Amino acid sequence: MKTGRFWAWLVFGLGTAYFFIPLIATFEFSLRMRRGEYSFDAYRVVLGDSRFQETFAYSVTVAVFTILLGVLLVVPTAYWIRLRMPHLRPVVEFITLLPLVIPAIVIVFGYIRMYGSNSPLPFLGSARGTDALLVIGYATLALPYMYRAVDTGLRTIDVRTLTEAAQILGAGWTTIIARVILPNVLIAVLSGAFLTFAIVIGEFTLASLLNRPAFGPYLQNIGANRAYEPAALAVIAFAITWGCMSVIQILARFAPKSANRPN
Amino acid sequence: MADPFLSIQNVKKSFGNVAVVKDFNLDVGAGEFVSFLGPSGCGKTTMLRIVAGFEEPSAGKVMIGGKDVTGLKPNQRNIGMVFQAYALFPNLTVAQNIGFGLKVAGMPKAEAQARIAEMLNIIKLPDFGDRYPYQLSGGQQQRIALARALAPKPKLLLLDEPLSALDAKVRISLREEIRSIQKKLGITTIFVTHDQEEALSMSDRIVVMNEGRADQTGTPFEIYNRPSTKFVANFVGTLNVLEGTVSDATTGTVKINAEEIGLKGKLNGSKSGDTLSLALRPEAISLGRRPGNDANLTGQIADVHFLGSVIRVRVGVGQNFVSLDTFNNSSTPPPAVGEKTEISFSSGDVLVLH
Repeated sequence: MKTGRFWAWLVFGLGTAYFFIPLIATFEFSLRMRRGEYSFDAYRVVLGDSRFQETFAYSVTVAVFTILLGVLLVVPTAYWIRLRMPHLRPVVEFITLLPLVIPAIVIVFGYIRMYGSNSPLPFLGSARGTDALLVIGYATLALPYMYRAVDTGLRTIDVRTLTEAAQILGAGWTTIIARVILPNVLIAVLSGAFLTFAIVIGEFTLASLLNRPAFGPYLQNIGANRAYEPAALAVIAFAITWGCMSVIQILARFAPKSANRPN
Repeated sequence: MADPFLSIQNVKKSFGNVAVVKDFNLDVGAGEFVSFLGPSGCGKTTMLRIVAGFEEPSAGKVMIGGKDVTGLKPNQRNIGMVFQAYALFPNLTVAQNIGFGLKVAGMPKAEAQARIAEMLNIIKLPDFGDRYPYQLSGGQQQRIALARALAPKPKLLLLDEPLSALDAKVRISLREEIRSIQKKLGITTIFVTHDQEEALSMSDRIVVMNEGRADQTGTPFEIYNRPSTKFVANFVGTLNVLEGTVSDATTGTVKINAEEIGLKGKLNGSKSGDTLSLALRPEAISLGRRPGNDANLTGQIADVHFLGSVIRVRVGVGQNFVSLDTFNNSSTPPPAVGEKTEISFSSGDVLVLH
C-alpha cells in the first residue's frame, strides 16, 4: 500500500515538474530584462507596444465573431441531429473532426485558390472579405471543440421531450432553441466558446497566410526578433488561456440544475 | 355521439412496414375523460401523439371541435399535454414553467401572474412559484407539469402515462387529484396508461387497445363486466379461464372435468362437441354451495394466500385452476391446502370467450 502511494506521488511529482519547470523558467527569464535585478520591464514593453494592443484587439474581435458563427452553426445542427437525425450523427462527428486531420496550411491554400479576387466568391478581394474568410476558417478549426462541447451538453437533457413540451405549449423553433435548449446547454456552449477563443488568440497559419494583423503573427514576429519579450508574451498567453479555463469552471457553477444533477 | 368534441376517424399509422395503429376510430364528448388502456407496444402512445400532432397519421383524420387538425403542427392545436418524464424546463422556476405557454401566447404580464397564481392554488402548491424543478419531488413536479399544461386554457388535455414514474402512494393520491381537477375544469381529456386500476378508477370511458386496434370501448363497468374479446377479458382484471366442451348445444349444457353446468343462451351458435373457454372473475366464485349460484364444481384447495381482509384461494378443478376471494372471518379458519371442496357460481356471470 505504502509502496503504491510512493510511486503515485513520484509520478505526480514528475508530471508537475514537467509542466511547471519550463513555465517557471520562462517566467523567471521574462523578469531578467533589467540587468542584475528582476523587473516587469518586458511586460511593460510588450503591453505598451501599440502593435500588441492592435493585434490583440483584432484577434479578440475575430474571436468574438468566430464564437458567434460557431454557436449559430453548431447549436442548431447538434440539436437537430439529436432530435430528428440521430442516424447522421457519426457522419457529422466525422466532418467535425476533419479540421484536426487536415492541417490549417492546407485549408488556407484551399481558401486562397477558391476565394481569390477572380473567383465567384471573391472574399480575398477586400480586407473585410478576408476578415470574414478568417472568421469562417477559425470557425472550421474550432468545430471539433465546439461541436463536442455542445453535443455533450445536449446529452445531459432530454432534448426530445423538452422540445415537445415547448411545442405543445405553442412555441415555435426559434423560441424553443432560444428559451429552452440554449439556456440548458449554455455552460457547454461557453466551454466551446472559450476553447474557440483560446484557439483564435494564438492561431498563426491562417492569419499569417491571409496577411491579417492578428496576435499569432505578432507573437511569431516578436519571438524572432526579441529576447525577453517573447517570454513575457508566452506567460501572458498562458494567463489568458488559464483565465478562460477558470471562467469555464466558475460558469459551470451557475449551470441550470435538474433533478438528475441537483448539485 | 351527436356532436363529438374530439373525433378520430379511420386513423392508421405505420413506421416502415410495421403498422402501429390500424384503423382507429373514436368519438369523445366535451368534458369526457377517456383512457387508452393496453400493454406496451399496443399503439396507445402513438395514437396520443397523433392527436397531439407529434406524429402524422398514414391515413385518416383528427377533428377537434369540428375542425380538421390533421395537418396542423402541435403548437397550432391549443392542446395541453403532460409527459411521463415531467418535461419541466430545468432552467426555469415553477412559476416560469407554468407561465411558459402564457408568455408564448403573448399574455400581458399582470394577467399571466394572476393565472400562474390561480394554477398554483389549483394544484395546492401556492408557495412553490420560486422553486426550481430539481427542488421538487416527483409528485410535485408532475403537478407542476399539469398546471403548466392547463395554464393556457387548452381545448384538450393529453396525459401520457403521467403517473408511471411515481411511487404507489403518490400515484393514487395524484390520480384522484387529476380527476378532480379535470372534473372541476370540465376539460376533455385523453389519458394513456397500461395500468388497468388507473383506467378503471379515473375514466368515463376506456378504450382497450390491442395490436393497434381498439378492441373494446366502453365504461369501466362494461369493460370489466362484459369484455367483448378474450384479450380484454384477460387484460382487465384477474380472470379464471376454464376449458369446457359443449355436451348438448340445444340445452346449453357444458361439461367441465366430467361435471356439467347449464349455460343456456350463452353459447353463441356453438355446436355439441365444441371446446369453449369460460371465464369467471374471482369475485363471482364462492367456496361451497351458495343460494343463487346455479353452477357447482368440485375441486381441491391448491393454495391459500392470506392477504389480511381477504383470503385468496386457488382451487384445482381437474386440469384447470381457479382463484377466488373470500373475506377473512376471525372465527373461521382459512381452508387447508389439499382439502376437497366445492365451488359455485351463477351461470349468468360466466363469460364465453371467443
